Amino acid sequence: MEQKLKTDFDKFISTSNFSNQEIKLKKQALDNFLKNGFPSRKLENWKFSDINQIIQKNIGELEFYNDYNVENKINDDIFIKEIEHNKIVIINGKVERLSFEYEESDKINLTTLDNFNQNSNDDNSLLSLNNSFSNKIHNILVKKNYSFKKPLIIYQITNEKVSNTNINFQLNFELEENSSIKIINLSDDNSEKNFINNLFNFNLSKSAILKNYKIDKKSNTNIKYDYSSITQKENSISETFIFSSGSEYIKNEVSCNLEGQYSSAFINGIHLLSKNKHHEIRTNTNHLYENTKSYQLIKSVIDDSSKSVYQGKIYVDSKAQKTDGYQLSKAVLLNEQAEFNAKPELEIYADDVKCSHGSASGSLDEDSIFYLMSRGLDQKTAKELLISGFLLDVVEKITDEEIKKLLKNMIGLS
Amino acid sequence: MRDKQIENLKDYKYGFSTDIESFKAPKGLNEEVIRFISNIKKEPDWLLQWRLKAFERLKVLKEPDWQKPKYPKIDYQDLYYYSAPKSFKEKPKNLEDLDPKLLETYKKLGIPLQEQKRLNGIAVDAVFDSVSVATTFKDTLTEKGIIFCSISEAIQKYPDLVRKYLGSVIPITDHFFATLNSAVFTDGSFVYIPPNVKCPMELSTYFRINASDTGQFERTLIIADKGSYVSYLEGCTAPMRDENQLHAANVELIALEDAEIKYSTVQNWYPGDKDGKGGIYNFVTKRGLCKGKNSKISWTQVETGSAITWKYPSCILKGDNSIGEFYSIAITNNHQKADTGTKMIHLGKNTKSKIISKGISAGKSDMTYRGLVDISKNASNSTNYTQCDSLLMGNKCGAHTVPYIKNKNSNSNIAHEATTSKISEDQLHYCQQRGLNQEEAVGLIVNGFCKEVLQQLPMEFAVEAQKLVGISLEGSVG
Repeated sequence: MEQKLKTDFDKFISTSNFSNQEIKLKKQALDNFLKNGFPSRKLENWKFSDINQIIQKNIGELEFYNDYNVENKINDDIFIKEIEHNKIVIINGKVERLSFEYEESDKINLTTLDNFNQNSNDDNSLLSLNNSFSNKIHNILVKKNYSFKKPLIIYQITNEKVSNTNINFQLNFELEENSSIKIINLSDDNSEKNFINNLFNFNLSKSAILKNYKIDKKSNTNIKYDYSSITQKENSISETFIFSSGSEYIKNEVSCNLEGQYSSAFINGIHLLSKNKHHEIRTNTNHLYENTKSYQLIKSVIDDSSKSVYQGKIYVDSKAQKTDGYQLSKAVLLNEQAEFNAKPELEIYADDVKCSHGSASGSLDEDSIFYLMSRGLDQKTAKELLISGFLLDVVEKITDEEIKKLLKNMIGLS
Repeated sequence: MRDKQIENLKDYKYGFSTDIESFKAPKGLNEEVIRFISNIKKEPDWLLQWRLKAFERLKVLKEPDWQKPKYPKIDYQDLYYYSAPKSFKEKPKNLEDLDPKLLETYKKLGIPLQEQKRLNGIAVDAVFDSVSVATTFKDTLTEKGIIFCSISEAIQKYPDLVRKYLGSVIPITDHFFATLNSAVFTDGSFVYIPPNVKCPMELSTYFRINASDTGQFERTLIIADKGSYVSYLEGCTAPMRDENQLHAANVELIALEDAEIKYSTVQNWYPGDKDGKGGIYNFVTKRGLCKGKNSKISWTQVETGSAITWKYPSCILKGDNSIGEFYSIAITNNHQKADTGTKMIHLGKNTKSKIISKGISAGKSDMTYRGLVDISKNASNSTNYTQCDSLLMGNKCGAHTVPYIKNKNSNSNIAHEATTSKISEDQLHYCQQRGLNQEEAVGLIVNGFCKEVLQQLPMEFAVEAQKLVGISLEGSVG
């Protein structure tokens, strides 16, 4: 694999036009990845989902070279009609369109980054892989006191041109003081057996608000890793919603650093799995300052021989007094082959805190099914009703009414 | 001078050591030493081979390093693996033959070896360093057919039982410290309860580490045959020492059909001084196997001592309808560190487990609950309930919860809850208003916090444990 990586990297560099500085950074990132390789179950974070093994089993030999010079056509049919929105269209890891037609153009600054955040996190070599092979990184800066009028929908599309390929993509958001943005990240996969590695960085200044809704619905055989890193200053709020159902394997990782007081982070997620899927959500909320708040609610419905994993960690620094942290994960196992693994973790160094977590897993409540059946529903409908009620709980946490309605329709819960 | 001595003793009530000349094996860990231990204990050849096999395995094993409390590297070649009080080369026949100095030591510890034994109705198998000193109350137990003796004695007298069960729960191929124990274990307790016998008294062993630089490698084996019941108590105190002392014991419990074993521990070893110097490393492997149907194993522990406590008393619920329980109080103060919890492995149908863990950290200490609940595919209708609560005192200490939950069976339910909080100002205020000083008030509130676990302890222990909870937190408030 090492030789393949090196030759693909050289090919990638020679067909793109990066500055010397960028090439140097990319080389460093590649070296870091070469040193560590794909994460395996030997690492604590990957204990329940050995991505190295999963890639080998499902894809085998990976192509790391991804040609960003290929022209891709945008099919307008895929756009959401129900709501007016701004668009970013990404096809096979390449940004094809950025349109902010509903916003004031002087309030948004679009640039590409020459310098990327060199994540020297040894525990997560996938970030290094992303840094070394991703195309130019777009940066979206929302200026002071500006609130997005319409949501931004990021269409992340893959088409049949790629297969057995590693697609790396990175996007940056800077929210200046008192600004706000609503993002829907929609996956639309028409490709098979690729390894898609996404990295989103969000920097929230004082009083900024980020609402980020990630939807993975369309059934596909791709393997995905999606990492969102959110840093928050004073009074800022972040809300992340994850609906994960379509891909063969996906690990959604959300890492929040609450650096300013009165900042808060909400992460809610749904796993709706069937067949042979294996999905994981890992949340990392770091309370680094006084009076910060975090809340996580993750619910899984697991059918057939699929597997759901939730790893959640709340870290409270000794400075972060008066922290309020809450975490709940629940799972319903519908089939004997289904599996649920959880690791809700608390690491606390401050005494004046309120932190708790809960985790429950089991089958659907027989009594509830019986009750509904005694009211005239057949067993199948009764079960479906209970499941949608179970999941609706999470969807109801979405604070934006318009988007909530849209997502409810999209997911098929009402 | 005398004042200074008293000053030193004040910190640790049980901090003294007796001047009995120790009889030691040469320092270091090698085949010679293992042969020496085996030889001096007149062990049969199969056991020597078993030990050597463990030693072979040990050579390729690495010390685990995933735990939260880190410690300086232990030089295993710089330890003594066998030490026995010299005057014990010939085993004494009765209590009167004992070294009076030794008896005095036990008296200071409050161990009911003589008069108290009758009053308390406890049979004591006291372990002084590595050789069993005296076993009391034998007659009452013999009448019922109960075997309660040192493991060395059991190896001589009941080799078939020992051979059948030794290493059946903790195999020699287990993790580093368990394998180390298998290679060099010196002594420990052996209990066998015959079918349908309810052990009439609480069996108790007090461990005591004495000689400086001597790691203690105890091996305890408890077998409850069909339909039997036994409650076993283990309590520990150790003299004050500067160097860190390693304790890597193995405890194996086997419950056959309809049998029940209740294992309670109060651990109060030397935790090191206020600056974190010295103290015991308590790296113990405790594992129970619910082998037969309807069997039950219950662990209760009160962990207040040791510089580092690192143990996970576990239950393997193999028999259908078997039950595993774990009740724990862990208190860390000053520079103490604890990484403790349990593993509940559900293999049989209709198995149940319950975990109640209370962690209290004060001073500059660090406490971690780490637990595993694993319900396998075939364990239908199994349930687990876990509750772990932590209490923090001050902002220099840490409390962590790391539960691993694996559910592979759709008919089984797992529920897990954890909270972290501090003592509420209101509660403190209320108690102080009623005339308690701050320390008493904290003691009272903490005892209330731990009550669910304290209730599980046998009477004799509950009182001692309650006091211990108070003592351990002295000086942590204010």
